Amino acid sequence: MRHIITVIVENKFGVLARVSGLFSSRGYNIDSLTVGETNDPSISRMTIVVKGDDSILDQVMKQLNKLVDVIEVSDLPRDLSVRRELCLIKVKCDNVTRTEILEIANVFRAKTVHIGHTSLIVQITGTEDKINGFIKLMEPFRIFELARTGIAAMIRNNDDTSINEPDEQE
Amino acid sequence: MKLSGSEIFIECLRKENVDVLFGYPGGVVIPIFDKLYDAHDIRFILTRHEQGAAHAADGYARATGKTGVCIATSGPGATNLVTGIATAYMDSIPVVAFTGQVPMSLIGTDAFQEADITGITRPITKHNFLISETNKIADIISEAFYIASTGRPGPVVVDLPKDVSTGIIDFEWPEKPSVPKGYRIPKYADSEVIREAAESIEASEKPFVYTGGGIIISGAGRELLTFAERINAPVTTTLMGLGGFPASHPLWVGMPGMHGTYTANMAFTGCDLVIAIGARFDDRVTGKIEGFAPGAKIIHIDTDPAAIAKNVKVDIPVVGDAKAVLEQLLEVVEKRERNGWNEYIDQLKASHPVTYDNEPGIVKPQYVVEQIYEATGGDAIITTEVGQNQMWASLFYKFDKPRRFISSGGLGTMGYGFPAAIGAQTGMPDAVVFDIAGDGSIQMNIQELTTAVEQKLPVNVAILNNRYLGMVRQWQEMFFNRRYSATDIAIQPDFVKLAEAYGAHGIRVDKPENVREAIERAISIQGPVFMDFVVNREENVWPMVAPGAPISEVMEGRSS
Repeated sequence: MRHIITVIVENKFGVLARVSGLFSSRGYNIDSLTVGETNDPSISRMTIVVKGDDSILDQVMKQLNKLVDVIEVSDLPRDLSVRRELCLIKVKCDNVTRTEILEIANVFRAKTVHIGHTSLIVQITGTEDKINGFIKLMEPFRIFELARTGIAAMIRNNDDTSINEPDEQE
Repeated sequence: MKLSGSEIFIECLRKENVDVLFGYPGGVVIPIFDKLYDAHDIRFILTRHEQGAAHAADGYARATGKTGVCIATSGPGATNLVTGIATAYMDSIPVVAFTGQVPMSLIGTDAFQEADITGITRPITKHNFLISETNKIADIISEAFYIASTGRPGPVVVDLPKDVSTGIIDFEWPEKPSVPKGYRIPKYADSEVIREAAESIEASEKPFVYTGGGIIISGAGRELLTFAERINAPVTTTLMGLGGFPASHPLWVGMPGMHGTYTANMAFTGCDLVIAIGARFDDRVTGKIEGFAPGAKIIHIDTDPAAIAKNVKVDIPVVGDAKAVLEQLLEVVEKRERNGWNEYIDQLKASHPVTYDNEPGIVKPQYVVEQIYEATGGDAIITTEVGQNQMWASLFYKFDKPRRFISSGGLGTMGYGFPAAIGAQTGMPDAVVFDIAGDGSIQMNIQELTTAVEQKLPVNVAILNNRYLGMVRQWQEMFFNRRYSATDIAIQPDFVKLAEAYGAHGIRVDKPENVREAIERAISIQGPVFMDFVVNREENVWPMVAPGAPISEVMEGRSS
């Protein structure tokens, strides 16, 4: 099972090494890890996708909480959170395939950020599933390079007045 | 006021009430040592290897309850501390280790005596710091001591670059000590959970109290005694918890696990409720997890939430300080009367004592430990090395008080006992201190003899000399067809002459009738003493649970 955890940490020297070191030394499986500053530059937010059962998740969260630089750890349940990822894909193209690629990109509401004679770069954001779907469709054209950011995620607030943007479908 | 980094450093030690510092100098820490030279209120003890300094700081901490402090230079000085830091980490001991570092501008350039000690010690410290600016020294040192000594204690490394220590700044002392943001120290548990635990205790027919090092760290001895007597439950103390509950008490069943007593292991096997306090269900204790405490519900009281449900399924997790939680339990738990379970345990205790076969004319290692126990009235501070010596010390010396048994349990570091004894004696100058050692282990930090001589520390080292790496040899005998690969260490120094060469005393004993007088003579000598007890070569530690076996399968080594 895959779980998404957010870790709020003090933006101190070595904190990323500490967190990733914890995972490697205890043998937990990380699928992805993203980190960035929050609106308070002394505090960073990490989003980690972990593979494992409930007892592994339990240990992971407890061990993270033990780290002195960690302020808060939360598990984001699938149905209560917003999850997004960004992907840049460099795809081979020629005069024939270019329009087809651009049409598919359009359907996925992806942006073309670079066009050349032999390749183009598409930027796509959305859920993991949406991005996976897009990549599959690009494969036949030949993907030169792929860069995914990993997931940024957040709990939806349960007020009635909040706007829930629906998770984008393929 | 204008102060240099080193001056701020020394003043920080004073503010933390540090009166002893163990260590070894080197290039990048000369500025600090220069200031230390004038600090007559801080005793600096020069060890002869940085590993000795780390273990001494650790032994000092375990004996006194204070935070141990050591200092080394950069590069090899720092890396020489690593084993000592890992030892303290595995046993949750409060130690602050200062390491010098090359100047900030040289970090990352493979400079002379540069080592990424913060990277190297990250997995073996509770936390570590690199001080990058002189004006951060005071805050960081305050945080370091706070982290090392609170909650579940642990070693903290503070790396101090040379230019940061020589930098001169206008410095104002912060009003309040700095405390890290996200750091929480659990104390009292949720009252709902306490109620649940109390109900389980009342409902159980066969309760068993399992305690470890956490009782000693928390200072919960009195509360534990009251609790155990109120519910009339048998009590076990792990290697790390020896002395947390008096061994002479009728409810005590001995140490559990691989070399634990038959009674303690059977108590786990037969109980219906395990009340675990300040212990972590280590693999040496549980044996094969599937066969561990099969019929029992488990209440786990611990200050570290990550230790709960790590190895075994826990029914009632209780996060809190051992002493505080026991106080809470004592407010609600009812008195239990003795029942058939108590009778059963008493019977086991009587019919399966920890014994050994004495043979005329042969010095038995267990006999040596027993004689040390008697000669010291059971009140000495006993450090051990690792292996058979460690197991015999834990089985044949009965500890009634905490902070008397000092041993590397988690990491199992050979060479720990002697420098730890030096640290313990430094912290408790009026105590009688014995290091129970093996002939292999004692050679690992033998250079500390000079430290003991120089500091006039009357540490008594009892070498149980069987000319083998005993514990490994025992495994080779039992599981590898007696193929003693690399364990025959009969080629060794004459320990008596060696002690004398270092300026200490040496006594050799090869007859049982001379054991007691040698021990008494050692205690009376006002300086370090090596006793070379020539014991029989192939003595085994019993009881034993084979690796991978459940603890219900205790081998006692002889027909009872």
